[in-house]
Amino acid sequence: MSTDRPSVVSVTDGAVELGGRPVLRGIDLSVQSGEGVAVLGANGSGKSTLVKTMLGLVPTVRGTVRLFGDELARFHDWQRIGFVPQRAGASSGVPASVREVVASGRLSRRRPFRPAGSRDRAAVDDALDAVGLLAKARDGVSTLSGGQQQRVLIARALAGSPELLVLDEPTAGVDLPSQQALADALIAFVTRGGTVVLVAHELGPLAPLVGRAVVMRDGRVAYDGPPIDAFTDLDLAHTDGHHHHGLERPHRDHTPVVGAPLDREDTR
Amino acid sequence: MSLLSYDFVVRALVAALCTGLAAPAVGTYLVQRRLALMGDGVGHIAVTGVALGLLTGASPTLTAVVVAVIGAVVIEAIRASGRTSGDVALALLFYGGIAGGVLITGLAGQSAAKLNSYLFGSITTVSTTDVVVTMGLAAVVVVVGVGLAPQLFTVAQDEDFARVAGLDVRRYHLLISVLAAVTVTVAMRTVGLLLVSALMVVPVATSQQVTRAFRTTLFAAMTLGMLASVSGVVVSAYVDVAPGATIVLIALAGFAAAYPVGVLLRRRQRMARPFAEPVTADEHTVVPEEHGHEHSHTCGHLAVPHGDHVDYVHDGHRHAVHGGHYDEH
Repeated sequence: MSTDRPSVVSVTDGAVELGGRPVLRGIDLSVQSGEGVAVLGANGSGKSTLVKTMLGLVPTVRGTVRLFGDELARFHDWQRIGFVPQRAGASSGVPASVREVVASGRLSRRRPFRPAGSRDRAAVDDALDAVGLLAKARDGVSTLSGGQQQRVLIARALAGSPELLVLDEPTAGVDLPSQQALADALIAFVTRGGTVVLVAHELGPLAPLVGRAVVMRDGRVAYDGPPIDAFTDLDLAHTDGHHHHGLERPHRDHTPVVGAPLDREDTR
Repeated sequence: MSLLSYDFVVRALVAALCTGLAAPAVGTYLVQRRLALMGDGVGHIAVTGVALGLLTGASPTLTAVVVAVIGAVVIEAIRASGRTSGDVALALLFYGGIAGGVLITGLAGQSAAKLNSYLFGSITTVSTTDVVVTMGLAAVVVVVGVGLAPQLFTVAQDEDFARVAGLDVRRYHLLISVLAAVTVTVAMRTVGLLLVSALMVVPVATSQQVTRAFRTTLFAAMTLGMLASVSGVVVSAYVDVAPGATIVLIALAGFAAAYPVGVLLRRRQRMARPFAEPVTADEHTVVPEEHGHEHSHTCGHLAVPHGDHVDYVHDGHRHAVHGGHYDEH
């Protein structure tokens, strides 16, 4: 890893416990500016906890987390980060318009009791345009489809003009046209020099923006490298030299499947 | 305008107007966080505060504010700790509040009628000082509720996102709780502690029948709350009925009128929506589990010929090799 400039996110020897149970162990990970990182893994492997730990939403019991070179406790430049949490939808107990939800994304750059300025409004328009929902800005979010609601949440994260986008399962349960729309928005973001860390089950249309795959298994990083190898190179997945039970097989995968080819417990 | 020539009517109208504006301004955020009954709980706890005032001879309004704020902060702490027994803890708090209030009132040697004026409001007896205090507190609630609307909206809508946006989520939750407690005390003289929650929730429920944006909902709810409060006072001035109950019933009548409109709007919206977008085209289901070996006739798994290929029975599934992985067949 290059050390000339601070990494965007880094976790050193990170460990996380939830309710006394270890959820993450021995996490060493650093993401450089401009990278597109996919955190993959089975349910319960800790991939969602990993990104939450990076953002300080889950406390570590050991290790340090740095954002843009600053330790979490001392990090205050939240406008540099856009977050898309994993959730069922964008609606809540009271109706809200698409524009209002996306405008929340500007709050990291706004002061309390100050009305939104023209730059805020322009940024919201741009973000809505990027996900293809500008025409629906005045609609209630609860009237949109699940995929469109997910696009609203991405627009909300983009509205703050962040340098780093963190997305927790952005494509889960999202229809194909919406997946493509989100992929386009994210690819445009990375092309402009943005950094993306996303949690996913399957990459699908997101594949072009992922230059690095981090595969989680039982709370540890089981693989960290080019995504193509994670899915195609059986030898790489077996560098620790043990096989589980059976035969070497030629492994040529055409879709990024998570889990199956990876039998390695630990890379350290 | 003969009504306005009575000072107590003017005071009642001003108090009602302030309460009607302030209660929905906080209530909207409570409804958004699905804590619609929180106002009710704080109202119950404030009963003890009123009784403490009666016992000690201090202003019941003052003691009610103090106890209600403490109660609201405790409720918020219980909620934030996220324990599964949270709602039971809240129930204990509520019943403790009202029982303690009745008990202490008895100890103070005050009649139930005295407590009643706080439980159900006695807007016609508010003093000029009461009106001034009500106006001040309501102004604070409205300024914060409207001025911090973007922040409070975001925190109530999506806590994790708000935290990553750099907002101090805990402080905003606490702020809403304290505002709710202040509002309860403001509304105590108008509609009474037992009906406070209605004024916080019913106008919001009414306005969201027809609105689709948060800001519109907030302002519409405040307008409706104000209309219900003022008209309730006016009606009770002509007809001899309890003003607090009248205000709440008028607010509920507004909801009853808006509900069918909301049903109609929602139906029309559903009709206008295009057919469901196509779901992810998944022509095959990938087996998510690990395969340590390649299935073959020697691996011991039952082989089942299936069209042009062979499936292997494995952990109760039939798997077929597909490229480098296995599909569920």
